[in-house]
Amino acid sequence: MHIFKTTVGLAGGALAAIAMSVQMVAADEIGRVRAVSDRTTFEECSACHMAYPPALLPAASWERIMATLSDHFGEDASLDPKTTKHIRDYLVANAGRVPRGVDPASPPLRIDEMPWFRHEHGSRTFARAKSDPNIGSIANCAACHRGVDRGYFDD
Amino acid sequence: MTRSTLILVGALAALASAAVAADRRAIISAYGDPAGFSAARGKAFFEARHTGGKPETPSCTTCHTANPRAEGRTRAGKPIAPMAVSANPERFTDPAKVEKWFRRNCNSVLGRECTAKEKGDVLTYLSSL
Repeated sequence: MHIFKTTVGLAGGALAAIAMSVQMVAADEIGRVRAVSDRTTFEECSACHMAYPPALLPAASWERIMATLSDHFGEDASLDPKTTKHIRDYLVANAGRVPRGVDPASPPLRIDEMPWFRHEHGSRTFARAKSDPNIGSIANCAACHRGVDRGYFDD
Repeated sequence: MTRSTLILVGALAALASAAVAADRRAIISAYGDPAGFSAARGKAFFEARHTGGKPETPSCTTCHTANPRAEGRTRAGKPIAPMAVSANPERFTDPAKVEKWFRRNCNSVLGRECTAKEKGDVLTYLSSL
């Protein structure tokens, strides 16, 4: 609970930033980012981490991620070719736009390297995510954003 | 519930559990003669710091912890169900799943495939707890 409150506190003054990020990651009109709706994608990706909504990265990022699964941020996350293609096609078809300030030719592969993400999660949040055993990683969205499985990040 | 219903439910549960144990034995046997596998060797392998793999994951225990009866945690912060069969009876009942994760994790931790003997030892260890 205290984690949640702290996060709300950190983000509390950043309503404008949230509005900006919602616009940038192509959320729908109520501020919801569409959660993963493909079953195979959900099952495979969420084996290790949250199944990140495809709109959080542009197509070029997903293409590169799916082409380099055998070294996926320091782990072998490879899949058979058929499953890889299925997931790649889903992610690319539902990818987000290239956000402002990002090189369209080589967008980041990590969501936490996107300018809008850095804008909303300051260095203190990054440090806290790493040091707090209840969070463990900045990639663990659900530790603080409780509605995340349904695509709600605005808490 | 009547007594006969209870007995029936108990018998069905015992049958299901026996079937699962048979599946697990078949998976271990596919790697070699179970008599040749060693839980002690599996434990040492599971707990060792290996070289040759990715620097982020030097050991099985990086994510699974040294206590396989407890939950582990992925590097992204997500819980991993216990590896010990005693704590998680669903473990090692789906051969495709077992092979998928040995393929990925042996490459991450050791930078190579695990041998059939290493796999048999680890499964024997985790089934023995």
